[in-house]
Amino acid sequence: MATKARTRAKQVDAQGGDPAGTLRDYYEQMSLVRAFELRSGEMYARAKIGGYCHLNLGEEATVVGLMAAIEARDYLFTGYRDHGYALLRGLSPERVMAELFGKTTGVSGGRGGSMHLFDAETRLFGGYGIVGGQIPPATGAALALKYQESAGPDAAAVMCLLGDGTTNIGAFHESLNLAGLWKLPIVYVIVNNGLGMGTTVEKASAEPELYKRAASYRMPGLRVDGDDVLAVRDAARDALQQARESRQPVLLEVMCYRLRGHSVVDPARYRSPEDTTIAQQSDPVPSFRAELIASGVLSEADATAIDEAADARVTEAVTFAEESPEPDPDDLFAYVYATAVANAPSALPGEPVMDAL
Amino acid sequence: MTAATDTSVASASLPMTKALNAGLRRAMLDDPSVLLMGEDIGSLGGVFRVTEGLIAEFGDKRVLDTPLAESGIIGTAIGLAMRGFRPVCEIQFDGFVFPGFDQITSQLARMRNRHEGGLIMPVVIRIPYGGHIGSIEHHQESPEAYFAHTPGLRVVSPSNPHDAYWMMQEAITSNDPVIFFEPKSRYWPKGEVRFDESGTPLHASRVVRAGTDVTVVGHGAMVSVLSQAADLAQAEGISLEVIDLRSISPIDYAPILGSVQKTGRLVVTQEAPGFVSVGSEIAATVAERAFYTLEAPVLRVSGFDTPFPPAAVETHFLPSPDRVLEAVDRVLAY
Repeated sequence: MATKARTRAKQVDAQGGDPAGTLRDYYEQMSLVRAFELRSGEMYARAKIGGYCHLNLGEEATVVGLMAAIEARDYLFTGYRDHGYALLRGLSPERVMAELFGKTTGVSGGRGGSMHLFDAETRLFGGYGIVGGQIPPATGAALALKYQESAGPDAAAVMCLLGDGTTNIGAFHESLNLAGLWKLPIVYVIVNNGLGMGTTVEKASAEPELYKRAASYRMPGLRVDGDDVLAVRDAARDALQQARESRQPVLLEVMCYRLRGHSVVDPARYRSPEDTTIAQQSDPVPSFRAELIASGVLSEADATAIDEAADARVTEAVTFAEESPEPDPDDLFAYVYATAVANAPSALPGEPVMDAL
Repeated sequence: MTAATDTSVASASLPMTKALNAGLRRAMLDDPSVLLMGEDIGSLGGVFRVTEGLIAEFGDKRVLDTPLAESGIIGTAIGLAMRGFRPVCEIQFDGFVFPGFDQITSQLARMRNRHEGGLIMPVVIRIPYGGHIGSIEHHQESPEAYFAHTPGLRVVSPSNPHDAYWMMQEAITSNDPVIFFEPKSRYWPKGEVRFDESGTPLHASRVVRAGTDVTVVGHGAMVSVLSQAADLAQAEGISLEVIDLRSISPIDYAPILGSVQKTGRLVVTQEAPGFVSVGSEIAATVAERAFYTLEAPVLRVSGFDTPFPPAAVETHFLPSPDRVLEAVDRVLAY
């Protein structure tokens, strides 16, 4: 596992710092993501969700910190571990859970599934199921922004999330080179949970301090503790500011732990007991909760109420997803092309193909 | 620097490179969201000079020289399309598209369906393809079947300068991604381009020579080979009906089926290897849809199922008029 600062700076500072309301909001968001992901795992185990399902468990501080930094006008691209980001981008838990269930009321009518959450309105441009698929399109969106808007504090930027394993594919190099060369308003965020599925960063990367790769593209590269929601937020905000105001792309590496396997079907037997212990000790949700209680931002009762509200919210989402209709096979061809063309295939399997001449 | 082609006249005799150049220019004049990107397309004008002069007229923002990065080029075009642009990417040679294959087949082709129609992907990918130029593998290949096999893509190939001029503009205005295969052996012969009307929609196939005995189908550079074969056959008293496919995905079967109804015999031709090819698809479909009108099995004349051969033997690999006529003789023997 990649090393990171084991001792976190105290997040909650009674002298100055963030208002209590902001901290409470962050905890509510972390609690919602935690509740949603625990329930997603449960729904998978109950075969309500098929295929694969990758959870943000253990990465909640990273998710909340990054989403606190990004503005509504910005564009977000993510990998497949995308549920928490979609929720905090403003997609309702109902629509996200329904997408996981493959129902018509889902974000994309069940077509995208867990790994491709997308919503043009909130400028969430996916969710990509293939490792690194998002990096070149995100770079293109940044090029479009550069063409369409002037740099400045009100300009939009792109945030492109990727995993530690993704830094080894060719498209990572191609895209960061383009962004550095063309000075694009984009922040690439490596969410480094130490494991590319079951392979450690050290076994996969010749330079395991991934943020250092930024030097190849004349880009600032920095690393931040992903269990520290405020540190993540501040680092991402600074990076986005450079992208907006100076057209300076940035590579930000966020160090966190994945609490469970790569996907819900992965028992993670490759992890040592020590590593699992560290991951559990670093779990940002209970520690942030404890800090807020210790500093008086929340009472125990407040925190419990927040957790219960998150759980109830997710229960509503599950009910909605369960009661939503399945897709209709007749709609399979509906969105493959934007423009219909005569003679394009549209017969379903089993339908007669022998037209009378 | 060459002057831009005057498209205000009724027609002109142009090579396909110039017709494509004029089509790109027309599209860029008509719509400011159209931009070109690719390797050496700017000051060099592209290896085949298809984009020559456009950077001088439209500037380096709309004619974008890129690093060697096919995945980056195509993926960047996807992101540009998400923000309202209509990018046209040049791939330098047919075999160079494969480093960008993942972005084309995994992302570009599926983005619209994946997101329930929530966006459009008006991206054109231009690929010079095919043999007859005396080169080797990666520079003479015909990879159209890979793309035709992928739902979500449109695949087309003009066979002459007039079609090249119009099909390029139609491809750019299409809201679906179009893989635009340019037959590089047809880049230089001149042909009349009529600037006043297209005559044929982008995805329509067309009978380019009427005949009565055997229907022969091909696309791109094969169309001129088929015309030569038809001339030779005519001297022997055999009448070939030649169909230019133009669109490879979807395939416009109406002219093919109509022709087969008349001739009862079909030979499908292509430069690509025959196994799991566009020709195989046409043969299967015609067998399914016109079984009772066929007087003979549908035959395919294709490149061999080998990597592209050394230049010295490419004439054996690529279907020649003689190989087409051999197949014609065989279907007539039934």
